Amino acid sequence: MDNIIKTIFGRLSIESLPIHEPIVVGTFLGVAVGGLAVLALITKFKLWGYLWKEWFTTVDHKRIGIMYMILGIVMLLRGFADALMMRGQQAIAFGDNQGFLNSHHYDQVFTAHGVIMIFFVAMPIITGLMNYVVPLQIGARDVSFPYLNNLSFWMTAGGVVLVMASLFIGEFARTGWLAFPPLSELDFSPDVGVDYYIWALQVAGVGTTLSGINLIATIIKMRAPGMTMMKLPVFCWTSLCANVLIVASFPVLTATLVLLSLDRYVGTNFFTNNLGGNPMMYVNLIWIWGHPEVYILILPLFGVFSEVTSTFSGKRLFGYTSMVYATIVITILSYLVWLHHFFTMGSGASVNSFFGITTMVISIPTGAKIFNWLFTMYKGRIRFELPMMWTIAFMLTFTVGGMTGVLLAVPPADFVLHNSLFLIAHFHNVIIGGVLFGAFAAINYWWPKAFGFKLNQFWGKVSFWLWVVGFWVAFTPLYIMGLMGVTRRLHHFDDPSLQIYFVVALLGALMIAGGIGAFLVQIGVSIWKKEELRDVTGDPWDGRTLEWATSSPPPDYNFAFTPVIHELDAWYDMKDKKAQAPIDGYRAIHMPRNTGTGVIIAALSTAFGFGMIWYMWWLAAIALIGVVVVAIWHTFNYDRDYYIPVEEVVATESERRRLLGQGA
Amino acid sequence: MSAHTPHGHGDHGHDDHAHGDTHGHGSLKGYMIGFVLSVILTAIPFWAVMTGALGDTQTTALVIMGLAFVQIVVHMIYFLHMNTKSEGGWTMMALVFTAVLVVITLSGSIWVMYHMNTNMMPDMAAQMGGGM
Amino acid sequence: MSTDVLSADPAKNPTYYLVEDEDHHHESGGSTAIGFWMYLMSDCLIFAILFATYGVLGTSYAGGPTPREIFELPLVALNTSMLLLSSITYGFAMIAMEKNQKSNTLIWLGITGLFGLAFLSIELYEFANLIHEGAGPQRSAFLSSFFTLVGTHGLHVTFGSIWLVTLMVQVGRFGLIAANKRRLMCLSMFWHFLDVVWIGVFTFVYLLGVLR
Repeated sequence: MDNIIKTIFGRLSIESLPIHEPIVVGTFLGVAVGGLAVLALITKFKLWGYLWKEWFTTVDHKRIGIMYMILGIVMLLRGFADALMMRGQQAIAFGDNQGFLNSHHYDQVFTAHGVIMIFFVAMPIITGLMNYVVPLQIGARDVSFPYLNNLSFWMTAGGVVLVMASLFIGEFARTGWLAFPPLSELDFSPDVGVDYYIWALQVAGVGTTLSGINLIATIIKMRAPGMTMMKLPVFCWTSLCANVLIVASFPVLTATLVLLSLDRYVGTNFFTNNLGGNPMMYVNLIWIWGHPEVYILILPLFGVFSEVTSTFSGKRLFGYTSMVYATIVITILSYLVWLHHFFTMGSGASVNSFFGITTMVISIPTGAKIFNWLFTMYKGRIRFELPMMWTIAFMLTFTVGGMTGVLLAVPPADFVLHNSLFLIAHFHNVIIGGVLFGAFAAINYWWPKAFGFKLNQFWGKVSFWLWVVGFWVAFTPLYIMGLMGVTRRLHHFDDPSLQIYFVVALLGALMIAGGIGAFLVQIGVSIWKKEELRDVTGDPWDGRTLEWATSSPPPDYNFAFTPVIHELDAWYDMKDKKAQAPIDGYRAIHMPRNTGTGVIIAALSTAFGFGMIWYMWWLAAIALIGVVVVAIWHTFNYDRDYYIPVEEVVATESERRRLLGQGA
Repeated sequence: MSAHTPHGHGDHGHDDHAHGDTHGHGSLKGYMIGFVLSVILTAIPFWAVMTGALGDTQTTALVIMGLAFVQIVVHMIYFLHMNTKSEGGWTMMALVFTAVLVVITLSGSIWVMYHMNTNMMPDMAAQMGGGM
Repeated sequence: MSTDVLSADPAKNPTYYLVEDEDHHHESGGSTAIGFWMYLMSDCLIFAILFATYGVLGTSYAGGPTPREIFELPLVALNTSMLLLSSITYGFAMIAMEKNQKSNTLIWLGITGLFGLAFLSIELYEFANLIHEGAGPQRSAFLSSFFTLVGTHGLHVTFGSIWLVTLMVQVGRFGLIAANKRRLMCLSMFWHFLDVVWIGVFTFVYLLGVLR
């Protein structure tokens, strides 16, 4: 009987449920109640059919983009909860006070915080932005591979499911967000935590890589006629390069995690301490992925800043060509700096010097971009709308973070500062200042396009100030403590003189919490008051790129007539030349059908991951075979398109013209 | 302006080479040349190693690595129909970029790890150095 | 094919919108080849990591078997020829496809599959023997990297073979329609790419291993 239970449940048992952890139990109850409420409401309003047909099975890049954004923002709340817990713990755990998180839990919290913020907040947000905006900016109707796009989203969601499941069933990894061996090997982490980590990232990683392939093909092949590469909007250039980095770096993560899982599941000796294994090789490999990853995160947002700066300065972007070359150079150079993450591991002076120099060099093109933004603003008519405010905050914040990065690039300095709070402050400085501020700029900028109404200004400004001030209050103490020599990832301190710094940091974190709250309120209030904030023109900011040529939201097919491009800033050019869209000659429009296959394959992949984590081999086998079978079965369906009837196109476009006539 | 009857992708006869599709296509001659070259470029390395005919291992190693590189190029041209025109040059650019990254990854890892091992794990280094 | 909406002279009144005479869809059909090529490039990088790992750990024998002791070059030569032959037979299949000869295409695809199967069988035989002799992937870092690199290549060949069979069924059932031709093109790229990787494998793993 025991054997049967072991075979069915693997190593899953009642003990796997954290019923003795009050924080987790409390969280579970909250999530359960909230989740059930949401499910009940959806059922009550009979929305399941709508959700399935219009959202879950959609192949429309705009809807998929929105789903990615929702996923990223929801996970931001989880990741930030982890941050608050860390700040809370570190603010009180001095001397005799052990705080409320012992090291066993604290280690999971900082690991989950990093994993979630990078993989399940930042990546979905930038993927969502690129998905939504790129096809519109190049005058296309969708991405190159709409079905793959849907699959990519659900694979990312599958990764989220696995990470969230680790909170309530079993535990998460306690290794830090990169899971270095030997700690992540079976000897030292025999429990499910590292396995949750591995499979969540592998499932999500497939989605990300496919999405990268998709967007590269889209930008190369689906540009409107006349849009040469040097007339591509800057956001599309940075997206192209970010996606090149994705396709060129995620395979490294995939392969490296496979090697780690072989060590854990098969007993190989890649990174073990014996039989020839070399844990340092893991660090080397994972950072070959890890460094390009941070450029994946920032490049699209650099593109956002370019779009926003030029729009809200009322001027063409200064130095387009140099921006393009800077982006390309950053893309290539990002592969030549990875060792700066482990100067202290011991490769010696010659190796360290080489990578130190390349790291300093890579700051040059980034600096060039900042100058270009400043020159764009110079003699422009600047409108301090929220996207522009976030952009200026970025310029001031990110630059400091970049400079601390150059400081860390000097190996002798890094020997003192590696793995100190200075490092933590540096990367939060660039990620929050760059990625997060950029995300808020992008959300405020493109929300009207996606939903047809602007976001509430007041709450946006509240959120802005709380975030910007809160960030500096939270992280300046960490810079100081880092310079004093305080190490990262500690859940308790003996030196009481540090406490004041941590308390200030906690204050900053609470301000940021307020900023997040204000952001959510901003969204809620905007939806409530959407008629007051309504924009019927489709171009509320007097934009310069093609997405502003469509209605807000755009019709499913984006453009009734493919635009023909003559200049950079194509929409600005069209407005300048008073180009009229034709009012007849509409055709039926060829569109791809929705599909449920993506949801199914992702669900099976997630089940596979769960089975592997808990050693439920039967589940893993069935799920894996299921993935292959469903994928093959899907290829037997050749009937994947339909036509939007010409009458519908005519009606949609007429309505658009009517609104334009009555709008601003 | 008549309404179109929907039809699937399959029916377009011109789709095979539509829209600037500049993929190379094989000819019998091309495949045979590629095949014969590959056979020769495979046979020589195997022969060199199995008979030791080239004398010292250093020379043999260099020869077989060089021939491997040549055979890869042969495969690219005759089997994969690589050319600079395919997809407006993007195929070639992607290949070159990937090749650069592969070289960086391989040489970078070996260089870095050799130094790591020398400084941090002397026994490992001896093995690695000896093996190289 | 586009009608100039605003005026007959494009220089004076450039077109800003494309009004098409006929439905001229240029969507995913045009992207498939470049998209698949990008996937192949990403696959290249997976192999690069496995090669790098082999390069770094490939001499860590941990007192266990060394390449010279376990590699049987004649068997490897046989394997290599199976794969090379499968490449040429796939080439013949593509030539038949270009000529729209459905049955010839299927025949050559079938022969390719058989060569692929031969390759896999020989490899499985080699692996089984090694494990039986105590030279399995757990024995040392060298063996871990050997089995993973060569095994990953073999896995790719396996998936390629499954794909091949699927395509044979689809061509058999639906004929050489455009969609199937696109798929055959992709599999062709995949199959030849695997042969390219194998050149790296037999050179750097087997031949150089024996030379050490």
